[in-house]
Amino acid sequence: MLKDEDRRILRYLQSDPTLSHAELAERTRLSPQSITRRIARLEEVGILKGVCARIDWQKLGYSVEVSLRFTLDKTQPRAFDEFLDAARSVPEVLEMQTFLGRVDVRLSVIARDMAHYQEVYRDRILTLPHIAEIEALMHVARIKSEEALPI
Amino acid sequence: MSDLDDLDRKLLTALAHDARQSAGALARRFGVSQPAAWRRIKRLQEAGILAGRRLMLDADKLGYGVTVFLGIKLATKGRVSLDDFERAVSAIPEVQTVEHVLGLYDYRLRVVARDLPDFERILRRRIMTLPGAGEVEANVLLSEERRPGPLG
Repeated sequence: MLKDEDRRILRYLQSDPTLSHAELAERTRLSPQSITRRIARLEEVGILKGVCARIDWQKLGYSVEVSLRFTLDKTQPRAFDEFLDAARSVPEVLEMQTFLGRVDVRLSVIARDMAHYQEVYRDRILTLPHIAEIEALMHVARIKSEEALPI
Repeated sequence: MSDLDDLDRKLLTALAHDARQSAGALARRFGVSQPAAWRRIKRLQEAGILAGRRLMLDADKLGYGVTVFLGIKLATKGRVSLDDFERAVSAIPEVQTVEHVLGLYDYRLRVVARDLPDFERILRRRIMTLPGAGEVEANVLLSEERRPGPLG
């Protein structure tokens, strides 16, 4: 379904989402009309979902980032829904993922410093429902972060 | 500049949701002049708070039906340099993110694959053969949600 031309457009856009249609046309050697038409179609079929800005939370004073991995009490039939609903109300949670594996849910949590993290952890995280076990991985450095797909 | 005001926070939230909105459109939405909105956005960029953009693609529709989070422990700390491991793991196209962490594992990876057999191939041929790679834990992603964070 995806033509070579579409892949080329997505590759360029993925490495630089600020490229204009004119710049894309020049790099892919396609006509500007063809770029406009192809991008419209990629959006229409839902492949291209948009462009979002990245926020650097460290620059905003959030120096602590922790990946919290939970196993939930699965004897509770609504454990996942209730846990995720409650986690949504914690502002310091940036990401929530559910898994098939040893870990059930992962939350990415940020805090201003360790004292603030301890406060968030004790008051907002440990009080989430249906937790069976928690493990923490403390963020040290981002080595690769573009989150690109190998198109 | 961590002393953001209300307009900064609104602009960050709006742009994190859709970075293609123009300063003019944002200015109208938040009831400020276009130059004022433009200056704020520029200031947030210069401070590094607005740190670039990310294209949002539907991995599933592009044929990547499986996403796996990996925890990797280095087996031979000291003997293999972290640089060698980091360089080799970052060069694998299916590896989307690499994060150095402290705790049960040394690295956290986000990996995409076409399907589970494809993932097994990447795991065996590319990940397990990395210099220094020891214990590996894999969790297959079922659902994901990104939250706006503490801006509101």
